[in-house]
Amino acid sequence: MATIDLTLKIWRQNSPRDKGRFETLAARGISTDMSFLEMLDVVNEQLTLDGREPICFDHDCREGICGMCGAVINGRPHGPQRGTTLCQLHMRHFADGDTLAIEPFRARAFKVVKDLVVDRSALDKVMVAGGYIAANTGSAPEANATPIAAATAELAMDAAACIGCGACVAACPNASAMLFVGAKVSHLGLLPQGRPEAARRVLAMVREADRQGFGNCTNVTECEVECPKEISIANIARMNREFLKAAIASRER
Amino acid sequence: MSWLVGTFGTAIGKKLFMSVTGLCFCLFLVGHLAGNTLLLSGADAFNAYAAKLQSLGALLRIMEAGLIFFAVVHVGTGLYLFYQNLQARPVRYRVNASGGGQTLGSATMPYTGVLILAFLLFHLVQFTFVDKGDAGVYALVAAAFAQPFYVGLYILAMAVVGVHVSHGFWSAFQTLGMNHDKYFGLLRMGSVVFAVVLAAGFAFLPVFVGWVA
Repeated sequence: MATIDLTLKIWRQNSPRDKGRFETLAARGISTDMSFLEMLDVVNEQLTLDGREPICFDHDCREGICGMCGAVINGRPHGPQRGTTLCQLHMRHFADGDTLAIEPFRARAFKVVKDLVVDRSALDKVMVAGGYIAANTGSAPEANATPIAAATAELAMDAAACIGCGACVAACPNASAMLFVGAKVSHLGLLPQGRPEAARRVLAMVREADRQGFGNCTNVTECEVECPKEISIANIARMNREFLKAAIASRER
Repeated sequence: MSWLVGTFGTAIGKKLFMSVTGLCFCLFLVGHLAGNTLLLSGADAFNAYAAKLQSLGALLRIMEAGLIFFAVVHVGTGLYLFYQNLQARPVRYRVNASGGGQTLGSATMPYTGVLILAFLLFHLVQFTFVDKGDAGVYALVAAAFAQPFYVGLYILAMAVVGVHVSHGFWSAFQTLGMNHDKYFGLLRMGSVVFAVVLAAGFAFLPVFVGWVA
């Protein structure tokens, strides 16, 4: 089993009001088969044994589908590997002796709770504003009653792959959440079940994202590169289209 | 809140202003470059072109007023977006890195924008809001570009314009919702080609005029 030694410059912050600082820690004997989070687990074990406060970080499924984990590694959200969440990033992508700067996702809309843990409920607020469809309760309708072209279903599915991790916001030089909003607007708006609310949805979600303090998209496309689900900026264009249509042609105000 | 403010005051609404005014400036640049190529034909052709433009009278004044209005909207909205985007990340990263998405153009839009504004004011003072006398505008242009300093300044300014347009052109289409598998690659590449052609075309003129003079 190959092992590597690393130097971690890791962000420590006791509370949202604390100023925070970088702390330098040594991570020794790290197996290259470990995930990044497992590496942090090992460091935390040692910190605990030493009677020091372990590093706080968010995580849940550890299989890249829940959107809970995430930190900025040497300036890259979820680290340097493309299309990968932090929990799926393996230590084999780092070399012995590397120094890693580990910071929380930073945006006005994302408050640091502690260390690497950030409050991303601003994204939930955007979902509450319009990320839903209306469906009648009762027996499920016949599955083939509403035909959907396979290509359209695929596009909707690609957008629905968004796990709401917030890496797009973290990567954006403007801390804009437009890739997230675009993915949600596309995922629901591409399917016939989502059409009745389409105009109201795009207006409400875009306005709520503004209210939450996210920045404005300037099409820098860093989001698309850093997205662990590789959501395309075509979804942002689709949202822009939907927005223009809702603004000019719909009865929604 | 009226629906107009609630729609065009949003992140996308403001971007629509940037997009539409920006595309209009792209059109203007094409027209301006096409007109200015008459510099290559010498003093008579260029002075005749200038006289013809002036003879448009009210129509020219309306177009100028439109350009000024668009400039105010583009610069005003741009500065406001820049301010808001700075506000959106009050605590910056200690380590900054790019995943490869940003380009020279996209990373520097506000800065190249301000530089272009400064150049534009200088350019207007130099060639537009000035007494052309009896010699005509060609003599004015030729006198300026006989000095290598002005030639260098204009070449630099055109490079900045090129960098700005290389991102602005495709970005305007993206903001208007025009993004399609079939032509997106072409649009992004075309944006760079368009910017290079514009910048090189404009930059060539002072070199040529200076060399002739």
